[in-house]
Amino acid sequence: MAKKRSVVYPYIPNSVAATRSEMLEKTGVKDVEELYVGIPKKLRFKRPLKLPKPLLSELELKRHVSGILGKNKSCEEHLSFLGAGCYQHHVPSVVDTVINRGEFLTAYSGSNYSDMGRFQVMFEYVSMLTDLVGMEVAGFPMYDGSSSGGTALRICARVTGRPEVLVPETVSPLRMKVIENYCRNSEIKAIHRVSCHPDTGLIDLRDVKAKLTANTAGVYLENPSYLGMIETQGREVADLAHENGSLFAVGVNPMSLGVLAPPGDYGADIVSGDTQPLGVHMNYGGGACGFVAVRDVEEHIAELPALMTSIADLEEGEGFGFTLFAWAERLSYAARENAKEYTGTATALWSTANAVYLALMGPQGMKDIGETILQKSHYAKKLLAEIPDLKMPFPSTHFNEFVVNFDGTGKTVSQINAALLKRKIFGGKDLSEEFPRLGQCALYCVSEIHTAKDLKKLARALKEVIA
Amino acid sequence: MKRKVGLIVNPIAGMGGKVGLKGTDGPEILKKAILIGATPESPRRAIRALERLAGLEDALHFFTCPGAMGESELAPSGFDHTVIGSIAPGDTTAEDTERAAREIREAGVELLLFVGGDGTARNIYNAVGDQVPVLGIPAGVKMHSAVFGTTPRNAGELAKLFLQGKAVGTREAEVMDIDEDAFRDQRVSARLYGYLRIPFERRLVQSVKAGAAGQEDTVVRAIALDVVSNMEPDCIYAIGPGTTTREVMRVLDLPNTLLGVDVVLNKSLVASDANEAELLEVIEGKPARIVVTIIGGQGYLFGRGNQQISDRVIERVGRDNIIVIATRAKLFALNGEPMLVDTGNETVNEMLSGYVKVTTGVKEKLVYKVCS
Amino acid sequence: MSEETRLRNYHAQVWDEPLLMDKSVKGQRGILVPEAEKEVRDAVGEAKALIPSNMRREQSPDLPEMAQPQVLRHFTRLSQMTMGNDVSNDIGVGTCTMKYSPKVNEALCGMPQMADLHPYQDESTVQGMLEIMYKTRDFLREISGMDEICFQPTSGGQAVYTASSIVRAYHQAKGEGDKRDQVITTMFSHPVDAACPATVGYEVITLMPDKDGYPDFEALKAALSERTAALFITNPEDIGLYNPRIEEFVKLVHSVGGLCFTDQANANGVLGKARAADVGFDMCHFNLHKTFSSPHGGMGPGCGALAVKEHLAKFLPVPVVTKEGKRYGLDYDRPDSIGKVRDFCGNAQVILRTYAWIMSLGAKGLNEVAEIAVLNNNYLERLLLAVPGVTESYGEGKVRLDQIRYSWEKMTADTGVTSEDVERRMTDFGIQAYWLSHHPHVIPEPFTPEPSDSHSKEDIDEWATVMKQISKEAYEEPEKVKSAPHRGITRAVDESAMLLHEECIFTYKKYKKVKAEEK
Repeated sequence: MAKKRSVVYPYIPNSVAATRSEMLEKTGVKDVEELYVGIPKKLRFKRPLKLPKPLLSELELKRHVSGILGKNKSCEEHLSFLGAGCYQHHVPSVVDTVINRGEFLTAYSGSNYSDMGRFQVMFEYVSMLTDLVGMEVAGFPMYDGSSSGGTALRICARVTGRPEVLVPETVSPLRMKVIENYCRNSEIKAIHRVSCHPDTGLIDLRDVKAKLTANTAGVYLENPSYLGMIETQGREVADLAHENGSLFAVGVNPMSLGVLAPPGDYGADIVSGDTQPLGVHMNYGGGACGFVAVRDVEEHIAELPALMTSIADLEEGEGFGFTLFAWAERLSYAARENAKEYTGTATALWSTANAVYLALMGPQGMKDIGETILQKSHYAKKLLAEIPDLKMPFPSTHFNEFVVNFDGTGKTVSQINAALLKRKIFGGKDLSEEFPRLGQCALYCVSEIHTAKDLKKLARALKEVIA
Repeated sequence: MKRKVGLIVNPIAGMGGKVGLKGTDGPEILKKAILIGATPESPRRAIRALERLAGLEDALHFFTCPGAMGESELAPSGFDHTVIGSIAPGDTTAEDTERAAREIREAGVELLLFVGGDGTARNIYNAVGDQVPVLGIPAGVKMHSAVFGTTPRNAGELAKLFLQGKAVGTREAEVMDIDEDAFRDQRVSARLYGYLRIPFERRLVQSVKAGAAGQEDTVVRAIALDVVSNMEPDCIYAIGPGTTTREVMRVLDLPNTLLGVDVVLNKSLVASDANEAELLEVIEGKPARIVVTIIGGQGYLFGRGNQQISDRVIERVGRDNIIVIATRAKLFALNGEPMLVDTGNETVNEMLSGYVKVTTGVKEKLVYKVCS
Repeated sequence: MSEETRLRNYHAQVWDEPLLMDKSVKGQRGILVPEAEKEVRDAVGEAKALIPSNMRREQSPDLPEMAQPQVLRHFTRLSQMTMGNDVSNDIGVGTCTMKYSPKVNEALCGMPQMADLHPYQDESTVQGMLEIMYKTRDFLREISGMDEICFQPTSGGQAVYTASSIVRAYHQAKGEGDKRDQVITTMFSHPVDAACPATVGYEVITLMPDKDGYPDFEALKAALSERTAALFITNPEDIGLYNPRIEEFVKLVHSVGGLCFTDQANANGVLGKARAADVGFDMCHFNLHKTFSSPHGGMGPGCGALAVKEHLAKFLPVPVVTKEGKRYGLDYDRPDSIGKVRDFCGNAQVILRTYAWIMSLGAKGLNEVAEIAVLNNNYLERLLLAVPGVTESYGEGKVRLDQIRYSWEKMTADTGVTSEDVERRMTDFGIQAYWLSHHPHVIPEPFTPEPSDSHSKEDIDEWATVMKQISKEAYEEPEKVKSAPHRGITRAVDESAMLLHEECIFTYKKYKKVKAEEK
């Protein structure tokens, strides 16, 4: 019987027997076991781990894993109209090329000297992002749009010293789960929901007024809202908040800001959101990349929990460099418990993707894509509105997403989506459990990747499915 | 434009130590020391510190005193210096030191370096108070004050950073003085004398996983806020001496005795600079708490500089009602050594020993060891 | 040994690359976007008209205008100014567990069946994804000994935050939420072990190390009370010592009704050797972007996989991956859940890489990872202790696991050269800057290397040789070290903005303004 080869691991160079022995000898130890003497015998794990037999060759590994992935249906081969916080857009090849550069992909916490490139990218990302959203200061990216929203609210509380915040009722329930958990036992003692007009989905200013008190730290608004509509009363909400001594925080989809007014223009103090649409693949939700941006106000910047870098002069001569940290006392690394929330590894590689994306797109590209999306999504809405039994409950304009009501069809969204699936279409996200008041509704998302043909295909499919 | 630096060397500081004498204050002791064969330590220490400033010859101008009080140490160095003052060379006195310090301050120095011990620190304090940053190059036997660099070389390094303007701030540090007569009679009695302003290095750490040290005043304020937010009604609070405790009074917006004990009840001032008797009277029959911080370079919690909070006061109040506050920076300056207590009463010392939760920020505590 | 190792005649690329915004040329385009088709435009009209007038963007965003090759070149140059693991010896970056991120896993991540999945797709369309998540869950259950896994946290920090939230929910459910308001941690645990409990409202009590460098057991006794909600502790701590009394620590905290969480950022040396669950911990976490090879990304995205025992599983964030028969699913129906800590299910691509990495190694391979990591570290220890000026912190004579915190204290006292000076000088030899220590620097002039399993003996020899060389320079020509870097990407930077917020310049816009005012 042929002998099995003894294993040397390609990723573990010192697993070569001769190297191992040499190193053991030089370390003055006969067996690696001796190096574990610090762990009490009682706590030692004595049996082998129960794990599957390894696939030692790359060929076998790739075949195995791609075989499992092959069971997935992606938005490449299916026509997808899913949005709700994660968006399918074209990712320019240059973006993928850059973020797959080994230097960027495998860097971590080198210094501002050894990793100056990474710091410069971060500075460029912050510069472009803040301008896009109409703010002046931001830090390294944070986790996702929802936890960024939570941080924005806690910043409001810390700056004003007040314990309550107002949040519209149209914020996604899943987002609220993140925000509520983050605000529990914090500077925030209460989150009050503000109602939106049932016919427009836009925030009800009277209710904002009614709910603003001396305890209100901040008012949070999403634009576009989770249900897709473009909020028109930004300035009014800002004014109401500010008159009350509260701050105004806005959650955005940065993809819309080539055509939509940045919240900085209508009085926002803090802007948060998720930059995944800007050049990051969806990755089943793993593309999320949050941010929090503020104005150049010392008391606000002081409350940002994120890592930040500042551009700096060189000590001698022309040129610039970057600081490792800026204003380090805010951070959990320096201050531990006294820090503003906590920070650490988040989503830096995606901010590199964002930087490249925005550089490629430029101001005109962001405008073009915004316009293309607006036109296509409104076209889709029009096509669907023409289908009998389908209703568009909100006449308000939207950016890329809009609500479709299927009550008239007598079918549930779930049934409709299942039928669409058979036609290789991912229907809009089912809202019926999240917002029961809306009935059998779904959130349809359109992006620049959808052709007119795709949209007509959707309309045709829906017509067939509800018949 | 050269930066102005002062240098005062106390030539007799430290002479007592090597021959077994505890210090050299007073001409009698000094004569005894010289007779036994003590030689001056200070010049050597001064030179070691000055070595660290090598490279800054073009940037600095020293102001110093005649002869052994600084001139002879600066002469061989490359530094420009002006000898000021009207002190005749020879055996120097405390008055000489104080006069020199005043004159050097008037020359407009940015930093005053001195070589000496607690006694010299006290002299400098008398002369300049907190009007100019001071840094001690250690040379005396007893170093209870917190105004010294850890070694002459480190003092030189710190001075260099400060003079180069490299992110070094200043903070207040205790000047202590042991009662010499009591000391030689086997009794210990230390006084908190005052506070000098010393350079304080805010370490720049160039690694993304660490940050710079928290700003001292922000941290001190956080500690004070934590104490005040936890103050209970109808409970006496005896606020001990120190800069960290001073901030508690500031948060309450009450006048503060930096070197003494103030008493607060329901956030109002009840007594200022109270002595033991007054403290005992005011805590009689009421719930009471003591708020203390470590004093001086030796890490004393009780017994050096706050003796008004005597063993009797501590016994009445009880161990559980002692609130210890300190910045982490101050705790780490103890280099792992425990905090010390010396109330003069063995039983009370025992009671205080063990571990204590030190408030180091808002809702932030550090468990630290206390020994007698 | 190190005598034979040659030092590189390295010089970094010095591109002197301008800021992106300074390269803008009016009119240039980097990529074009398809226009909406004529029928679309005809049907809906001008895009502008579709936006309420008060919500239209009036002023163009200040983005650069650049052609595609110029964009590519700019960022490619910046990548050459970054010392990723792919290109440089990063043994110095301790506790981060820098290791090889297999490229085959990157290829898998690039497949549309990973990259182009939407998180809200019908479960039937992502059975492959859920299978990978579920199987990886099983792997981590086995490795940790715990009962349920949550992949939602993006990072170790977010995992510790999730654990903190679970502690809160647990005590609240028992009616003791208000009473238990303190969490205990140790000085050498990761800073998030203090900051995250504080973030969810706890008072944090830190234990100092005892004279041997272990968390002080007596101090723990003094810190415990009926107010103790939990112990959050990194073990082994950053100094590399496994706490021999860890089981007692856990028992003691449990005896007063507190929970115990262990931060396993430093798991690399104990895979298959010791399990958190066997020590008695209720929860632990792993950094999948450290121990389990997912690339660090320059600070993310990563995954802090949280592992919990059965009694805490009900509090985990939703959704939890389930399996019924052959069918995988997502369970959102968990009434005791703390809710969510982050959008969607977490960083699925990081889980994918973890799955692939574990599948490529198996049980024996993971054992090898741990053993080599510990052997590498001990081998490096011998080399470093022979370098003049290097001392080790605590644990004299004790064997360390995967990393050690050293001190240059002696060299600094002798020569004035500090750890930060060394950090700048080392990049002159082409090796990545090392990491000093978490703050506060209890150990003076620290540095914390971690020669993980994918570093070769030659890498380690090279690293030690560089330290030896710099030590030599410190003693013989200290100015050379203090004025470094000499062959790096950039020269000395004025770092006052790190501390003085008035000096901070965060954006290009402000930079231009400040520069204009200076003139």
